[in-house]
Amino acid sequence: MIDRSTFWIVVPLLAIGTYLIRFSFLGTLGNRPLPAWATRALKFTAVAILPALVAPGVLWPAATGGESDPARLTAAVVTLATGIATRNTLSAIAAGAATLYAMLWVLS
Amino acid sequence: MSLARSAFFRGLSAALPFTVIVIPFGMLFGVVATEAGLHVWETMVFTLSVFAGASQFAAIQTLQEQAPAAIVLVTALAVNLRMVMYSVALAPHFGQAPRWTRALMSYFLVDQTFATATVEFEKNPDLTTAEKVAFFFGSVTPVAPLWFAASLAGALIGRAVPPEWALDFALPITFLAMVAPMLRSLPHVVAAGLSILLSLALAWMPYGTGLLVAASLSMAAGALLDAWMERRA
Repeated sequence: MIDRSTFWIVVPLLAIGTYLIRFSFLGTLGNRPLPAWATRALKFTAVAILPALVAPGVLWPAATGGESDPARLTAAVVTLATGIATRNTLSAIAAGAATLYAMLWVLS
Repeated sequence: MSLARSAFFRGLSAALPFTVIVIPFGMLFGVVATEAGLHVWETMVFTLSVFAGASQFAAIQTLQEQAPAAIVLVTALAVNLRMVMYSVALAPHFGQAPRWTRALMSYFLVDQTFATATVEFEKNPDLTTAEKVAFFFGSVTPVAPLWFAASLAGALIGRAVPPEWALDFALPITFLAMVAPMLRSLPHVVAAGLSILLSLALAWMPYGTGLLVAASLSMAAGALLDAWMERRA
């Protein structure tokens, strides 16, 4: 369950912060280059954050009370492998979901 | 047809393929948000004001872990930091556009509209500012309304989804599926691998602070390796 007071602090600040990130260079006059180190670091934000966001939940899912679950683990590996092989997000989602349901059905 | 008008429709058709991902992703957000206990209207305020899918999911997840507001905020904003790059890359194209136009465009600057715009402006470098603006708003047209509508649809059906559907795992699958195609170079692979290992090793840290440490170190590792490889090449 989500704590309402935290939620209502987060949403407006996240909305403003996200807007300012987008407005940063586009809104101010445009041709100032970003320092090279910053451009380089920004390239890696998504690959550095998204895996860390999901890895603990993949290994210790809340839905199974934190017990490692072979169905979820296999689905995660298949998703990643398909995404790397096809370079296509949608095929990776489809393969991962199919694996998850197949495994849940086999193991049930 | 005027040039701006044809640019608008070019943008619209260039962004059409993204609807295939925007619709399920938006619905998933609606479902996940209501499953987490949000009302439909709260879900909609969230999605309309923030309008950045991956960070909305990240915020929902950390909120559910009862993390303090500051941690939720830092995590979700970190997910959106990549948009600084988008803002930098598009700025030279729209320097001549009125400020209010650029202010409005900023709200609609998402992965999909950025991707279609950069591809188009590279292909057709001679477009006027008016055409570029028209193209951009053309690409917004199928993406934004569908994202909002899909969020709403997901929020409305949210609580009707039974636990056997294992929707708890939709989010990990989606994020992994987004990351996998980005693993194009060794530094990207190292950053992602380190991100997984560190987040597991630091999972004991309270309120998802381990995530922030893991993400910062992985980002630094990726950037440093990238710089080092470039110097050697």
